[in-house]
Amino acid sequence: MAKSPLLEVKDLRIEFPTRRGTLVAVDGVSFDIAEGEVLGVVGESGAGKSLTGASIIGLLEPPGRIAGGQVYLSGRRIDNLPYEEMRKVRGREIGMVFQDPLTSLNPLYSVGRQLVETIQTHTDLDEQAARKRAIELLGEVGIPSPKVRIDQYPHQFSGGMRQRVVIALALCINPKLIIADEPTTALDVSIQAQIITLLKRLCSEHGAAVVLITHDMGVIAETANRVAVMYAGRLAEIGPVGEVIQRAKHPYTHGLMGSIPKLSHATERLVQIEGSMPRLTEIPSGCAFNPRCPKAFARCMVERPDLMQVEKSQVACWLYDQAMERTGSDG
Amino acid sequence: MLAFIVQRLFQAIIVMFVVGLISFSLFQYVGDPVNNMLGPEGSIEERERLRERLGLNDPVPLQFMHYVGNALQGEFGLSYRMGKPVDELIVERLPATIELVFVSAIIALLVGVPMGVYTGLNRNSWLSRIFLTVSLVGISLPTFVIGILMILIFGVWLGWLPTFGRGGVVDLGGWQTSLLTLQGWSHIIMPAITLALFQLTLIMRLVRAEMLEVLRTDYIKFARARGLRNRAVNYGHALKNTLVPVITIMGLQIGSLLAFSIITETVFAWPGMGLLFLQGIAFVDIPVMSSYLVLMALFFVIINLIVDLLYYAVDPRLRAEHVGGAAH
Repeated sequence: MAKSPLLEVKDLRIEFPTRRGTLVAVDGVSFDIAEGEVLGVVGESGAGKSLTGASIIGLLEPPGRIAGGQVYLSGRRIDNLPYEEMRKVRGREIGMVFQDPLTSLNPLYSVGRQLVETIQTHTDLDEQAARKRAIELLGEVGIPSPKVRIDQYPHQFSGGMRQRVVIALALCINPKLIIADEPTTALDVSIQAQIITLLKRLCSEHGAAVVLITHDMGVIAETANRVAVMYAGRLAEIGPVGEVIQRAKHPYTHGLMGSIPKLSHATERLVQIEGSMPRLTEIPSGCAFNPRCPKAFARCMVERPDLMQVEKSQVACWLYDQAMERTGSDG
Repeated sequence: MLAFIVQRLFQAIIVMFVVGLISFSLFQYVGDPVNNMLGPEGSIEERERLRERLGLNDPVPLQFMHYVGNALQGEFGLSYRMGKPVDELIVERLPATIELVFVSAIIALLVGVPMGVYTGLNRNSWLSRIFLTVSLVGISLPTFVIGILMILIFGVWLGWLPTFGRGGVVDLGGWQTSLLTLQGWSHIIMPAITLALFQLTLIMRLVRAEMLEVLRTDYIKFARARGLRNRAVNYGHALKNTLVPVITIMGLQIGSLLAFSIITETVFAWPGMGLLFLQGIAFVDIPVMSSYLVLMALFFVIINLIVDLLYYAVDPRLRAEHVGGAAH
């Protein structure tokens, strides 16, 4: 890689100390994002997608904590910054869009006040200039008559409109990276496409890279450049979007793709993955997917696979281990 | 907005009418005032004359009309016990109670809210634990015990503060105030703290619980994700969202402070309404009792009206239909 990536996550490990021992919610996750790139992160609920997103922006809810690994933004390590330093990174360098637009905005303040407040926190603009910028932003995210809407309160906006406001808030200081945590899950299907299109267009206009966390493969397929598939707190597969969707390597990814209904061929039943993701307390030894994997063999039960390069993707699956005979690979 | 106020005022009038009816019925059913005023020696003629003068021989609805008419002009008749007009008694006593309640409400708010915010934000700090433990004492000890303890410590042992009465009062156009002299303050501080203690702990615990609730919400997370300063997030976004329930409780509590400052007033021999009312009960002084009832109801109604208006000021969602243009 010629240029250093915008975001580098190395060996991230997130733990939850509980009375019955420590739960490892995210374990050894590494990936990076180039400037302007859209990385989709998919996986079932509880796979650790949102935790990974929250830990990048430093908003992991206690008692969850980063127990290992590093996060670098433009080469600068940000996972161990003091609170005040990290606060300056949030909003200015990393923006975030949450799942539920209905609850993301403070109901007691007008959208204009929330925008102006954010802009003024990170810039030296005076009230008037900030307000002007806020109106521009509202127009940019496709809110009609922004000059009127700016003084209205969140409850006067529909869900889709509120998500547009949320996006305007996340983008208002031109951050280089946006973490979008299921930005369309709470919206009507008809609105979802609009919001995704908007997010994609704005991020490319502003030159922002996106971590798009979702469990909607359709959204990933039309938006992302690369996809990371997470399972039980680990990366199962990561690679270019076409590669992962067309030629899924990991049996889990394969199962995920099989579970998407296709109009082109009239399958009688959708392929479904047997069983469910293990709870954090009951992750099996070896590959976490082995109880549900149709192709599991002896090695999967005892040894945990790390990501290995297979064609253009990286896959954590022993099926692709080139040196099967070589024993004691670093696992 | 105007329609809202008119509607609330209308409700208030109904409440006051009902309270007036109840306090009026006191005259009909609680003893015979003539006996109390004349004693057993009064002749039948004397009794009849007094009945006529007090208007007790008129038909009941007419009496009620008179009662309401007089009450509207601030006249509640003669005190049976003192032989003085009740409104004069009230004007003498009311400032004492209002000042006491005012000072203790301010103490409760100024100490309770910051303590609540602090314990909400620093859930596990040792100071929070101390606050919470001490607040249990404040909630569970009865007011008179706290009052008597304070008298014992600051009045008797240390001898720092006077233990009864209002001390020097200054006359401000008929309003006797003790808030303008140092001596007056030294008199009011103990009863005010005694009265405030329960409210203070209540407010602290309420603010704390609300803060914990609000800090978990998405909009607080989003506010942090936008990199807003801690102060802006905690006080601008979180605290304001806790205000609606706090205002509700505070409104109710100020009402009950007014109505039930009786105990504190008794302990500190504070010459307020509560003491007047207690003495009135002891003597079956019905005009005093009924006017006290009406007055307290009036305070509750006014406070609740103010609370409703404050909701309006705090929460834009209540203003919704008047702003228009809602898209749902």
